[in-house]
Amino acid sequence: MRRDVAIVSWASFETPSEPARNEVEMLLPVIQEALGRVGLTQQDIGFTVSGSSDYLQGFPFAFVGALDAVGAWPPIRESHVEMDGAFALYEAVNVLQEEGIDTALVYAFARPSRGELDRTLALQLDPYYVAPLWPDARGLAALQAQAMKDSGRYGDVPDVPPTYVADGCVAVVLAVGDKARELTDNPVWIRGIDHRIESPSLGVRDLTTSASAKAAASTAGVQDVDAAWLHVPYPHQELVLRDALGLDGQPVDSAAGPVMVGGLERLAAAAAGIAGGRARRAVAHATSGPCLQQNLVAVLEGAER
Amino acid sequence: MSETTEAEGPVTIVETPIHLDFSYTPGVASSRFLRSIEQGRIMGQRCPKCGKVYMPPRGACSMCGVATDEEVTLSGKGTVCTFCVTRIPSPGLDAPYVSAWIRLDGADITSMFLIQECDPDEVRLGMRVEAVWVDEDKREPNLGAIKYFRPTGEPDADYDTYKDYV
Repeated sequence: MRRDVAIVSWASFETPSEPARNEVEMLLPVIQEALGRVGLTQQDIGFTVSGSSDYLQGFPFAFVGALDAVGAWPPIRESHVEMDGAFALYEAVNVLQEEGIDTALVYAFARPSRGELDRTLALQLDPYYVAPLWPDARGLAALQAQAMKDSGRYGDVPDVPPTYVADGCVAVVLAVGDKARELTDNPVWIRGIDHRIESPSLGVRDLTTSASAKAAASTAGVQDVDAAWLHVPYPHQELVLRDALGLDGQPVDSAAGPVMVGGLERLAAAAAGIAGGRARRAVAHATSGPCLQQNLVAVLEGAER
Repeated sequence: MSETTEAEGPVTIVETPIHLDFSYTPGVASSRFLRSIEQGRIMGQRCPKCGKVYMPPRGACSMCGVATDEEVTLSGKGTVCTFCVTRIPSPGLDAPYVSAWIRLDGADITSMFLIQECDPDEVRLGMRVEAVWVDEDKREPNLGAIKYFRPTGEPDADYDTYKDYV
């Protein structure tokens, strides 16, 4: 990276099932909290990007409606990924390499409690030969767990619990170089970040390993880390990730989080851990897709170079 | 294999039906609005920053990105800002019918409603109109509680009062 990028602020919200508020009403206070902690308003933000899935809300361009929570006037520079918000953060880190864009707001939101998440996630599968069979997300995770058991490489492989369903949102503020130092005494620098994807065809993948997490970790520079924050939708996946990331006894904080939100929340949690002194240099991970299909790995560091 | 493919040609359509069920959550602001409509009252919300009144309210000012808490009851009268006469029938609507963007008095955004109880050729920009409600016992919490708008007979609004909404 030509320009150093830091996480300077974050806020998040999670609940098993949000009863009354819609996505915008849920997001607004979280975005305001994240911006407010570093004294920024939307007008100060150079680039805004979000991660969410319209399939969870059930109507098209729902992510555009969520812009009510930031106020897109005067018109803002904005983007969206139909993925976990961590992958939106990756886009923001790249956009921040441009001169003249010094701050970014990244947010993610989802209210899967109002739909059928196990079935909804089937729609990210191959639309001709797999999605019409409606394989539920938990069932696919169980295929992976069984393959791990059969491989004999992992010892005890945990059972696969029901797919984690929660509503929530997260907002992260990024800034470059001196701007980050101006906004906070504790910028958490993103020293390396990469994401990789594997084949959408589950049959051609080795589900017992994660070549994509391993490759992303190599590019991101995962060495000498003293803690890890992992995005683990199902418990057995932590074993695959520990192996792929080369973790060896470091404390690992694993969580699933709300779909589309959990990965970006892991980056925010890692930043909070570093800013709070629980780690100096840590790896933060996010995943998307069935059976760890896509993996993002970032190395975060608190101290100056 | 190749002979069969040549004989039968490529498959050009695959049917893969998709069905998902969702519960829609209008949100806190929209719920209060929908309840007001059910009671025969039109509720808007004012932005604390720019002062714009939204109808229907969505709980946030989409210009300023702040929560809108202050509620404003609107009179149910408004001004036609632009309109369209449709001369082919739609399901449930005989032709010709008029749909119009109406700026309700006190609101800062326009909303689409039907205009009836007048000749479509009489509808014009600046025409003053009022809501005609479904009978109280038949109202539900949706915009169908307003059947349509009709002319009030008042003099047309001054162009300056709606020129930003045309």
